[in-house]
Amino acid sequence: MAQPLVKKDDDRDDEAEYSPFLGIEKGAVLQEARVFNDPQLDPRRCSQVITKLLYLLNQGETFTKIEATEVFFAVTKLFQSRDIGLRRMVYLMIKELSPSADEVIIVTSSLMKDMNSKTDMYRANAIRVLCRITDGTLLTQIERYLKQAIVDKNPVVASAALVSGIHLLQTNPEIVKRWSNEVQEAVQSRAALVQFHALALLHQIRQNDRLAVSKLVTSLTRGTVRSPLAQCLLIRYTTQVIRESANNTQTGDRPFYDFLESCLRHKAEMVIFEAARAITELNGVTSRELTPAITVLQLFLSSSKPVLRFAAVRTLNKVAMTHPMAVTNCNIDMESLISDQNRSIATLAITTLLKTGNESSVDRLMKQITNFMSDIADEFKIVVVEAIRSLCLKFPLKYRSLMNFLSNILREEGGFEYKKAIVDSIVILIRDIPEAKESGLLHLCEFIEDCEFTYLSTQILHFLGIEGPKTSDPSKYIRYIYNRVHLENATVRAAAVSTLAKFGAVVDSLKPRIFVLLRRCLYDSDDEVRDRATLYLNTLGGDGTAVETDKDVKDFLFGALDIPLANLETSLKNYTPSEEPFDINSVPKEVKSQPLTEKKAPGKKPAGLGTPPSGPPSTEDAYEKLLSSIPEFSDFGKLFKSSAPVELTEAETEYAVNVVKHIFDSYVVFQYNCTNTIPEQLLENVVVIVDASDPEEFAEVASKPLRSLPYDSPGQTFVAFEKPEGVPAVGKFSNMLKFIVKEVDPSTGEAEEDGVEDEYQLEDLEVVAADYMMKVGVSNFRNAWESMGPDCERVDEYGLGPRESLAEAVSAVISLLGMQPCEGTEVVPNNSRSHTCLLSGVFIGNVKVLVRLQFGIDGPKEVAMKLAVRSEDENVSDMIHEIVASG
Amino acid sequence: METCPSVKNILLLDSEGKRVAVKYYSNDWPTNVAKETYEKAVFTKTQKTNARTEAEIAMFEGNIVVYKFVQDLHFFVTGGEDENELILATVLQGFFDAVGLLLRGNVDKKEALENLDLILLCLDEIVDGGIILETDANVIAGKVASHSVDAGAPLSEQTISQALATAREHLTRSLLNG
Repeated sequence: MAQPLVKKDDDRDDEAEYSPFLGIEKGAVLQEARVFNDPQLDPRRCSQVITKLLYLLNQGETFTKIEATEVFFAVTKLFQSRDIGLRRMVYLMIKELSPSADEVIIVTSSLMKDMNSKTDMYRANAIRVLCRITDGTLLTQIERYLKQAIVDKNPVVASAALVSGIHLLQTNPEIVKRWSNEVQEAVQSRAALVQFHALALLHQIRQNDRLAVSKLVTSLTRGTVRSPLAQCLLIRYTTQVIRESANNTQTGDRPFYDFLESCLRHKAEMVIFEAARAITELNGVTSRELTPAITVLQLFLSSSKPVLRFAAVRTLNKVAMTHPMAVTNCNIDMESLISDQNRSIATLAITTLLKTGNESSVDRLMKQITNFMSDIADEFKIVVVEAIRSLCLKFPLKYRSLMNFLSNILREEGGFEYKKAIVDSIVILIRDIPEAKESGLLHLCEFIEDCEFTYLSTQILHFLGIEGPKTSDPSKYIRYIYNRVHLENATVRAAAVSTLAKFGAVVDSLKPRIFVLLRRCLYDSDDEVRDRATLYLNTLGGDGTAVETDKDVKDFLFGALDIPLANLETSLKNYTPSEEPFDINSVPKEVKSQPLTEKKAPGKKPAGLGTPPSGPPSTEDAYEKLLSSIPEFSDFGKLFKSSAPVELTEAETEYAVNVVKHIFDSYVVFQYNCTNTIPEQLLENVVVIVDASDPEEFAEVASKPLRSLPYDSPGQTFVAFEKPEGVPAVGKFSNMLKFIVKEVDPSTGEAEEDGVEDEYQLEDLEVVAADYMMKVGVSNFRNAWESMGPDCERVDEYGLGPRESLAEAVSAVISLLGMQPCEGTEVVPNNSRSHTCLLSGVFIGNVKVLVRLQFGIDGPKEVAMKLAVRSEDENVSDMIHEIVASG
Repeated sequence: METCPSVKNILLLDSEGKRVAVKYYSNDWPTNVAKETYEKAVFTKTQKTNARTEAEIAMFEGNIVVYKFVQDLHFFVTGGEDENELILATVLQGFFDAVGLLLRGNVDKKEALENLDLILLCLDEIVDGGIILETDANVIAGKVASHSVDAGAPLSEQTISQALATAREHLTRSLLNG
């Protein structure tokens, strides 16, 4: 490891390559360390040797135990010298060597002598060294000196003792806690940093005593705090007190808010920022409270210091996730940051703008981003692409310009991850915005004309095969697909052959042309390509033989393989070539323990640069994928909404079951997630018997049992119901878990042959109106409300009876409707007598709904509510009223 | 969040990303290999930026890194994701300016290596175990540079000016104590 810092090269200019440590070598330096034992010490020489030793350690060199001990003993000799410079290096060296307990004793007396020295420098450093290497027993001996040092009039000595106290509190809390009187005195110190260190230590000593912390904060917020660092600490402690007191008191203004607000006018930027950030992070912060903090952050945005701009834009980016309206004032400053030299700042600015932007600003924003994209790294581009995808889903009308943008960047240079993010985004847009389908598919076609990533090409070809034949003019895609057969590698060629076959199967008019193309593929150099071409010609009847029925062909081409690939792989490996052909029906269809946890934790990776929270979409995606992979449910259409899991069992029962309600236009699917918590049991043929006799509108159509449920590996069983199309049918369902239980020998893990049938009662499950409502926010409620117009408006008033508080009534109505609160209006300020809450959502049948709720409370806690609903369909508006009336 | 502001590491690298002096205060990088990997990554990522007039900043593996370059030296300070960026920048500025004072304005790699003892002492005076000790460059440099001889040493070992300084210190001390 002891490499010379710069490798010496004879041809090179010696002057430029010079380093005092050139060719340094551990063994030689350890030899040199013998000068520490000289009777006549040369302080300069010794300092140099210590520097060399420290250099070696700093470069990652390690000393063996023996070497370290030798160096340590030699270094202790240097306490004889009175040279201050050398002594400083000795202190450093001892800290770096971190001696063992029996070695510590050797230096203890020297260090204790220095602790009582008249030289402040010695005292301060000796304290730091001694506290670093000491253990509990020695600490009691020096405790007296440390307590004195804390109140020493020299700030360096006091700080050394206080900081050492902070470290010692971790290992010897009972001793350090005895110093609180001295620490309290030091909090009043006139020296800025002593106050900072004392405050940090005092808070740590008392952190579990809520009252004491509250008192500390109260007294300090009234007094004077000298150092900006101490002020930052005080702000942190204050927010802690605010958070805890919010749980206790329901009345009165937020305590200490005034203090935080006054810190926004502090002269130190770090304090201003700390306060602004603290305000934005307050629980349920109101827009009135936010305003002053946003204002100072806005000023920071145009600072000449990158650090300040970064801090401000990062904080505003977080605020934009919860209170987009509050940040819109900063949009102009934010736009100028798009061209910021620092790309982290620019990316944060863009993603913030994409969150706060309204429909009208999209075009302008896209123009600016286009210029910006060319000179940032791929990882930033991915963040931007993801932000644009969610923007497009928010403003579907703008799909044209957003799709254009995506196709443009798709053509530019970029790595795999980046291209994949773009392709994924286009696929999602095609799926969710029907108007975007044709242009999106063409963009993808153009992309595969010149795509270097096999994986992406095959994915796109597969997607084209499913979506392409359904478009108005499928023939225009054929050219792109067939080009692949000419130009690409075998994997892509094979995928292209499959895609061609799909077009042939669905579009009769194209069949003859497809046959010609497929026949050409019969001469391909690759086996797989030829095999596929032969197979498809055969199934589609291109070779003139008997054609299989149309339905079989489509099932074969488009149906998902209903066998888990892993199982098929194992079976194929076990199959030995023989007279007997491989029977696909012999492959077990049971999935071996679905990794449920994986699905439940969507992308919990460190959200770096303003990564948009990817929670709901990915769960939804996972559900959709899961459901469409089950043949019984594949023709249910598009999944409208999946509820959060509802527990149907108490915690810690034998079998844990929760249910997810999947809503389709004409169907409802219950997904029961079951876990067997008994190691001695194996459950087989697990089904849930659902009694739907009470809700008349539901008729059971399918049930998918779970073949086996071993211990502690969750599995799913499904039950599907048909219901009238687009109608939000509600009802209560009773559930009974039914299964065959087999005893398992815990030592071998083998189950017995015979099982017993058993049942297990689950709790009831309800489908409520809120299940048919998708939470979809709008960025500007007022605009959306105005543009919706009063045509389908329904207004009525309701008495909600006596309620605990206004806040409780508001949250009850929100959860009843299952809609997305907008602009932070779900938060009711304390003590208010009235409140307006704005909600938005999409009702089943893709009907946009906006709701304005006005609440009032009178003396005996009677709450009245005025409900105004606007939607695209008056029946839906009526329905919302029915929900409230019956709730 | 209620914790004390803390620094995870301070790095001083050369223009090829090699160590001049580094100090780690957190266990996030337990081995020397981990430390070197981190240094290399930080260096490569910031290399092309212009951090010569104002300190720059980047997010990195869930950490915030503030940095500033001069000549062939690259200064870095790393803190946690939730750390106040401006506090880290203050630490960086303190370190940067103190080194400038100690090297009398000749801040480059050669000078830094020749005065490595001062750089190491400087790091020691800025942060102790992750806790910020001092951020004022003048105070830091003053503490590092006080190379005068121990006040308790016999006068014969001192030069005239040192003796005078010692005498002055004695006088002030006795006045203050009195």
